Amino acid sequence: MNLVESYKDDLKLIEKPWTGCWITMTVIALLLLPWFGNEHLIYMGTLIFIVSVGIMGQNILIGYTGQISLGQAGFLAIGAFSFGHMAQMGLPIGLALLGAGCMAAFFGVLVGFPSLRLKGPYLAIVTLGFGIAVYQTFASFEVLSGGRMGLVIPKFPALFGLTREASMYYFSLFLGIAFTLATYNLISSYMGRAFVAIRDNDIAAEVLGVNLTRYKLLSFAISSFYTGIHGAMFAMFMGFIDPQMFNFSESLIIFVAVVIGGLASVEGAIFGAAFVILVPQVFSGYKEFVPVIFGVTVIFIMIFEPLGLAGRWFKMRLYYRNWPFR
Amino acid sequence: MSLLKVDKLTVQFGGIKALTAIDFEMEEKEILAIIGPNGAGKTTLFNCVSGVYHPTSGEILFAGESLLGLSPDRIAQRGIGRTFQNIRLFNNMSVLDNLMLGRHMKFQRNILQAFLRIRKEELLHREKVEEIIDFLDLAAYRQARVIDCPYGVQKRVELGRAIVMEPKLLLLDEPVAGLTVEEKNRVAYLVTEMRGRFGFGILLIEHDLRIVSRLADRMVVLNFGQKLAEGNPAEVQRNPEVIRAYVGEG
Ligand SMILES: Nc1ncnc2c1ncn2[C@@H]1O[C@H](COP(=O)(O)OP(=O)(O)O)[C@@H](O)[C@H]1O
Ligand SMILES: [Mg+2]
Repeated sequence: MNLVESYKDDLKLIEKPWTGCWITMTVIALLLLPWFGNEHLIYMGTLIFIVSVGIMGQNILIGYTGQISLGQAGFLAIGAFSFGHMAQMGLPIGLALLGAGCMAAFFGVLVGFPSLRLKGPYLAIVTLGFGIAVYQTFASFEVLSGGRMGLVIPKFPALFGLTREASMYYFSLFLGIAFTLATYNLISSYMGRAFVAIRDNDIAAEVLGVNLTRYKLLSFAISSFYTGIHGAMFAMFMGFIDPQMFNFSESLIIFVAVVIGGLASVEGAIFGAAFVILVPQVFSGYKEFVPVIFGVTVIFIMIFEPLGLAGRWFKMRLYYRNWPFR
Repeated sequence: MSLLKVDKLTVQFGGIKALTAIDFEMEEKEILAIIGPNGAGKTTLFNCVSGVYHPTSGEILFAGESLLGLSPDRIAQRGIGRTFQNIRLFNNMSVLDNLMLGRHMKFQRNILQAFLRIRKEELLHREKVEEIIDFLDLAAYRQARVIDCPYGVQKRVELGRAIVMEPKLLLLDEPVAGLTVEEKNRVAYLVTEMRGRFGFGILLIEHDLRIVSRLADRMVVLNFGQKLAEGNPAEVQRNPEVIRAYVGEG
């Protein structure tokens, strides 16, 4: 064990040299993947990076702030379609992404207002209603959804002599890393502390001067921004979207990813994303069983490992760090 | 001008009158104790002052300004800190983070700095928090999760979380309840020390008449939501009505 020598040391992002070591190796492996992996691996990797961003966002809301939401598909759709329309109008990708995120964040604040009054299952019902309403809106208005043919979206361009797929892979990896760092920073800041305080004891938080309205709405805005970016990236990745892609089951999958990965854990969000992407791939021959696997896993996690895959991961690291002592 | 002035405060829950026309004042740096049997309305009074409940009628003035209708966080910003009878800590956070939350209001908050990991403010407020960690002898528990700490430590963390707010008025709801005799004496010492060192006014709820008469400058006695007596500890303890209420209680 190394001793902490100043208060500053407590604030470091990476505390142990070992942690820095394996993170660097993982990032190098991910950077090299397009050279060694096949197309399928690149495809899966890209998707996992994209989905991770959304799961991290929802983990800020559900895991850290403790506000149960089931309306993620709505924010995904808003992000995806906003991006689609802006990209079709010829906006540069970065600007369209930002616009899509902000649009989703705006609706996040609107959906957040009921959270000032409602808790637990009641909030879940309101957000669920929001998700369905967004789906219905896109499904009924062809101006928004691009009609029966859906909305065709320009794909990410091929850059630096790479293939299109590899360029998109790197762009998603870059965004994934950027959002991961931002999330770590956020949750270890005064804001993350306020979020957790609201989750753990909202009355005590208020009495300490934490403005519940501001921080709950902020949490909704930030998480929806992430989910909007997830939707936008997903739209660009697919090259085509229609409302059917954002029905209620998408919300459930995101919720499942948050829980399986581990509530209130950034690594957990990445594990959760990988889980909900990989399981349907592995069981692609038995599509009907995928929801069953998700359901059973959630039950197992709830009973045996409430901290999710991230909890398992943490215990493993503790075990090896202390090896050979127990 | 008095620090806190409560005027004809009445609180009704459905048919129950939890408080009936309560009046009292307290001065700056005063230690005023609220005593009375269970269900007398002491906690309800605290909840009104800290904005958790809204009274049915009456007035609460803090440094001359009304607190009525303000949300708890606004009242905290005016300079009132409190602890709870049933400990309300952030169970999954470390002791240090719980105390840092006490500094939340004093933080220069900037969302960009949060995302970019600029932590000047954090270090600044850490100094103050460390001072209180020393004062309350919590150094051994600094990084421990609050829920893993013993009851006595949790009580002190809650006390610390209120102190680091640097309030002008501190409300302590039964700060020694459930503690061992040794811990009780220690907290009693801390309370008097706090007034001297930080200059808070302290409003204190306590059952234990012996401890409270040692600590408090004055006392207000509540019974069934009504004020039974007010005065310095010796006067109050001689008051026949107070004796009847306490003996009658068992
Ligand atoms: N939120 C509430 N709803 C209904 N009744 C309440 C509420 N809070 C307190 N009371 C009632 O008010 C009375 C005073 O309670 P309380 O202030 O907790 O007493 P004390 O702290 O002096 O023991 C009790 O009869 C209690 O049942
Ligand atoms: Mg009480």
